[in-house]
Amino acid sequence: MIKKTNKKIKIKKPKVIILSGYGLNCEEETKFAFERAGGIAEIVHINDIIAKPKMLEEYHIMAFPGGFSYGDDTGSGKAYANKMRNHLKKELDEFLSRDTLAIGICNGFQIMTNLGILPGALFYNKNGRYLDRWVDLKITGKSPWLSGISKISLPIAHGEGRYIIDKTEYKKMTKKNEVAFTYMEGEICKYQNLEKNPNGADYDIAGVLSFNGRVLGMMPHPERAMFFHHSPLWQSKKDKRGKTDDGEGIILFKNAVNYFKK
Amino acid sequence: MISRIYVIPKIKDSRERLFLKSWSSLGLSGKLSVAKVIDSYIIDYDFSKDQLAKISAILTNQNLEIGSVNEIPIAFDKYKYVIEIGFLPGVTDNVGNTTRETIIDYLHLDKNSDLKVFSSKVFLIGGKLKFEDVKKIALSLHNPLIERSYIENAKVIKREKSLPLQAPEVILEKRVPVIIVSLNVSDDELIKIGREGIEENGVRRGPLALDLASMKTIQSYFNKLGRDPRDIELEALAQTWSEHCKHTIFANPIDEIKDGLYKTYIKGATNLIRKNKGYGDFCVSVFSDNSGGIIFDEDNLITHKVETHNSPSALDPFGGAITGIVGVNRDTIGFGLGAKPVANVFGYCFGNPEDVEFIYKDKERKQKMFPPKRIMEGVIKGVNAGGNCSGIPTVSGFVRFDDRFKGKPLVFVGTLGIIPKKINEKLSHEKCALLGDYIVVLGGRVGADGIHGATFSSVAMDSNSPATAVQIGDPITQKKLSDAIIKEARAMDLYNSITDNGAGGISCSIAEMAKECDGAEVNLEKVPLKYPGLRPWEIWISESQERMTLAVPKKKWEVFKKLMDSRGVEATVVGEFNNSGRCVVKYDGRKIMDIDLEFLHNGLPAKPLKSEKIVHTYPEPKMLIVSRTKILENMLADKNISGFSFISEQYDHEVQAGSVLKPILGRGRINTEAQVFRPILSSKKGVVLSSGICPSYGDISTYHMAACALDTTIRNIIASGGTLSELAILDNTCWCSSYDKNRLYELIQAMEACYDYSVGYGTPLISGKDSMFNDFKGYDEKGNPIAISIPPTLLISGISIIEDIYKVVSPEFKNAGDSIYLLGETHDELGASEYYKLLARKAKNNSIGNNVPKVNLGKNIKVYNVIENLIQKELIASSISLTAGGLIVALAKASIGAQLGAKISIKNLPGEVASTDVALFSESQGRILVSVSKKNVSKFEKIVSEIPHIRLGQTIKETKLIVVGDKDKKIIYANVKKLHNIYHSFSNKMS
Repeated sequence: MIKKTNKKIKIKKPKVIILSGYGLNCEEETKFAFERAGGIAEIVHINDIIAKPKMLEEYHIMAFPGGFSYGDDTGSGKAYANKMRNHLKKELDEFLSRDTLAIGICNGFQIMTNLGILPGALFYNKNGRYLDRWVDLKITGKSPWLSGISKISLPIAHGEGRYIIDKTEYKKMTKKNEVAFTYMEGEICKYQNLEKNPNGADYDIAGVLSFNGRVLGMMPHPERAMFFHHSPLWQSKKDKRGKTDDGEGIILFKNAVNYFKK
Repeated sequence: MISRIYVIPKIKDSRERLFLKSWSSLGLSGKLSVAKVIDSYIIDYDFSKDQLAKISAILTNQNLEIGSVNEIPIAFDKYKYVIEIGFLPGVTDNVGNTTRETIIDYLHLDKNSDLKVFSSKVFLIGGKLKFEDVKKIALSLHNPLIERSYIENAKVIKREKSLPLQAPEVILEKRVPVIIVSLNVSDDELIKIGREGIEENGVRRGPLALDLASMKTIQSYFNKLGRDPRDIELEALAQTWSEHCKHTIFANPIDEIKDGLYKTYIKGATNLIRKNKGYGDFCVSVFSDNSGGIIFDEDNLITHKVETHNSPSALDPFGGAITGIVGVNRDTIGFGLGAKPVANVFGYCFGNPEDVEFIYKDKERKQKMFPPKRIMEGVIKGVNAGGNCSGIPTVSGFVRFDDRFKGKPLVFVGTLGIIPKKINEKLSHEKCALLGDYIVVLGGRVGADGIHGATFSSVAMDSNSPATAVQIGDPITQKKLSDAIIKEARAMDLYNSITDNGAGGISCSIAEMAKECDGAEVNLEKVPLKYPGLRPWEIWISESQERMTLAVPKKKWEVFKKLMDSRGVEATVVGEFNNSGRCVVKYDGRKIMDIDLEFLHNGLPAKPLKSEKIVHTYPEPKMLIVSRTKILENMLADKNISGFSFISEQYDHEVQAGSVLKPILGRGRINTEAQVFRPILSSKKGVVLSSGICPSYGDISTYHMAACALDTTIRNIIASGGTLSELAILDNTCWCSSYDKNRLYELIQAMEACYDYSVGYGTPLISGKDSMFNDFKGYDEKGNPIAISIPPTLLISGISIIEDIYKVVSPEFKNAGDSIYLLGETHDELGASEYYKLLARKAKNNSIGNNVPKVNLGKNIKVYNVIENLIQKELIASSISLTAGGLIVALAKASIGAQLGAKISIKNLPGEVASTDVALFSESQGRILVSVSKKNVSKFEKIVSEIPHIRLGQTIKETKLIVVGDKDKKIIYANVKKLHNIYHSFSNKMS
């Protein structure tokens, strides 16, 4: 892994590339979230990047959105990662070697672990079934993506979200603050009487970091929590809304955009 | 050369425990101890050892798995048997296809390489097991219609190190491609051809579902042409004229209704409503396209369509359901120039999942039907795979149970879409294939799957039902197609027309589009096939999935083709649209079909139908002498009332980030009656969805059943924040024995109600679909003949627009101390209610009473207008529509949802309430239960003064549900936590 980073760049509106194709399906709302947060976001089909790999040089943030690339055939994220590695390995390494940010959400996270740019792997949920619900997260890592947050509630929707990591690797990660967040019993779990860890993930891990915190992979979907009405609690918090349309999830996207402004 | 790659989990695999649990419930003679699941890939290609090792490496995640070539490197001693489950030859193998693509990409092989990959799952099983047990396990793991199983002793596999190196390839024997069918035969033979299909080497091909009159019409058409028809011509006519495609029961004159039910009651209602609405008419494209389209906002239309996939789901629950949902997605992609799917909906009617008595298609009891539980599980899983994989949120749905759905379940699936009103300055809902346009098929390849689907769903299910009618879904192939069309080609103006390939395959889609410019010529050998050997008639009518047909102008073909190639979507020119007035099909240059479009589409002879009045009366039930608290508990435990979060939470309802009112809500996680989402994230407008279905009322009167389904849909939507003046509905009629005169009478009754109440409410019907033969004829476990027909069922689905999503109101109570009100009138309408059905079940008879709920239009409209006003002014804290189970169930759900108690009195309810049972359990329509916070009470009361209403009591902190009657006598005293557990017990058992 290349960990060298160049000098910090300052940009008003960072450019975000959101990958698409072969069954990824959260690219549009992910784009919306980045734009709402102040970035310039573009959705690009993987085959268009393969055709012009140099285009990656124009971007500051890369997002692997959620979805069902290749229908999870042969294992979630595997086939898309293979395609990426076969054609874009050099360019991807180059991208990550710059002072850039990257995020993988859900299937995007699965792709990134298969690519080896994030540690660990994701396996079938402990109950063997796809699950859509909300979770509470405790922020445990250090990353530009997570600045200013100590806890957050977001939705998950996956069948293969059980994070697997061996003990030694885990210890190394905790030392480097590379466990981004863990499932905890917070407001939503208490409210709806749900168990904190929805999929049996090792050490309750919901998301991890690499490249000094610049690369984040996570099973929960922050883009599905960008509006106030996304939260399962919004109906009982109507009085507290005021005029805002914002939900908690937007913070991650704002953090990423602000990283380049400062 | 054939090799196998095995991918073996090396970490603790939680699936093992789940399989062991599920297998132990199969009634095995011995005890299971261990299980292991391994992925296998059979690879048919001459790869070197080194290449195979590389392939194995890319198919393996080193953190989770071990890859191995031609060998299962594990200690076999714990295991006794090995079961392999793979697909039957020719059945779509999605995993195999993806693996093939990955290998081709990785090793830079030619795209058209003859590499073949077949995926399968290998189960190693240990324990004290007999061979019979293993057979049972294998049967629980696969559907013999589409999958194969192989059982071997673990010792043998240990010795051989691997499973057999054989590929399940399709080998079709060489057959005569086209045969000529003489129709100058006896009437008996014509009937036989129509009923059982064309005869070939002494075997019938499967139903054409053409009756004698139709066969005679075809006979005289070809006699006029001076020749006999070829098989493909007969098959094509059978598809186009099928009940499934032509809806003959709705189209034909019936009694005095000479224009038929559809034109008179459905289209007739919508036309009148649109006229009445004048400038307020929000319909844009109704009944003419794959979906119905209405105005969403200044710039966009929203579309909706609900389909049924009943017969395929009975035979292959998973496959039937997945192709149902992915198929109805195509009705969205095929709307106008292509709408973007933004939400899925579902509705299931199953037999009782606890019913384990088998039924068979044949007297010899060799063809066993799936029991209700297996159908339920497969169907739920199918929509899970189809909806989740496609990135379309499944926002709304319901499930109902009745023993009469055992022979054929009802599987409703629907999709909503968004499309800009104008694309490239042209109205997006209009499309037209032009003279000289290429006929282009896009998406999946054609195989023998799904042949005779359309004709098959037009007849009752029996031992002649064809196995090939089963289809396998491949949502990713369709997702790629959908994205390439909706997100790219549409804006680039690359095609003039597009339609879905559903029932009847390209025979129907091309013939349908040919109407737009009056002719088409097809070269059938150009159609891409899954495997060689298919005959022309099979290619023409195959219902292989994930295909669309487009009209692409010649000069745009090159750009179109390039775009599709770069998105991994197969596009092929198969012919040309012309203005010959004919549908001509050639195969290798030889003309094999040549039929006038006029005859193909309109040649079907009219068949006037007659109905005969029938009135049902039932005994009134005997009251139970138990506490009403106990009755309430019994009702909440009933599967038709209790929660089904186990379904809702395995469907992704939040993708696309538009979720506003979720399918499960509140602390107590109750299922909501209506759901809301935000289809365009930059707009605050929302879409409110709901549905109504009350088959039990139809046992008494199908007129009131239909009226109540309509009122329930509207009421649920209004209660959540929808707008009556911007509310459209869809009808799905599922009937049985539709040539029976009494059933036809009941059908007319239901359609009359649809007309009366849609016109009355001003809610246009914008799309619909019928399925008229939901009957099963077969044998019970003893070999006695049995017939099971579904109860006549009408599903009404509703869609409405809300200006500001933040005004939406959810059903659960909010705070202790809020006042609880009931709006609307209660009457003695307990006939076929959940309460009376419960009494009838206890008494083991059919005493469901006769006072079925009736809809009072005038009164209900007033209530709904008031609710709209209250929600606009944000005066109510919670709002729940009264449906199955009446007042007490609505109250319990609002309490469970909030985990709050309530204390109410049922004295002096508006209406004619003769007894406590009427007050608690009557299912009178037009009623909504709301709660109001203290600060809003006076404003609220001022507004509701104009409609029948009563303050029942208030919410309380203590989690008790307390209902008092006259003289403050306690009628119900229930613990909300206990009710909560009961409400979720069915769902918990199923998850």
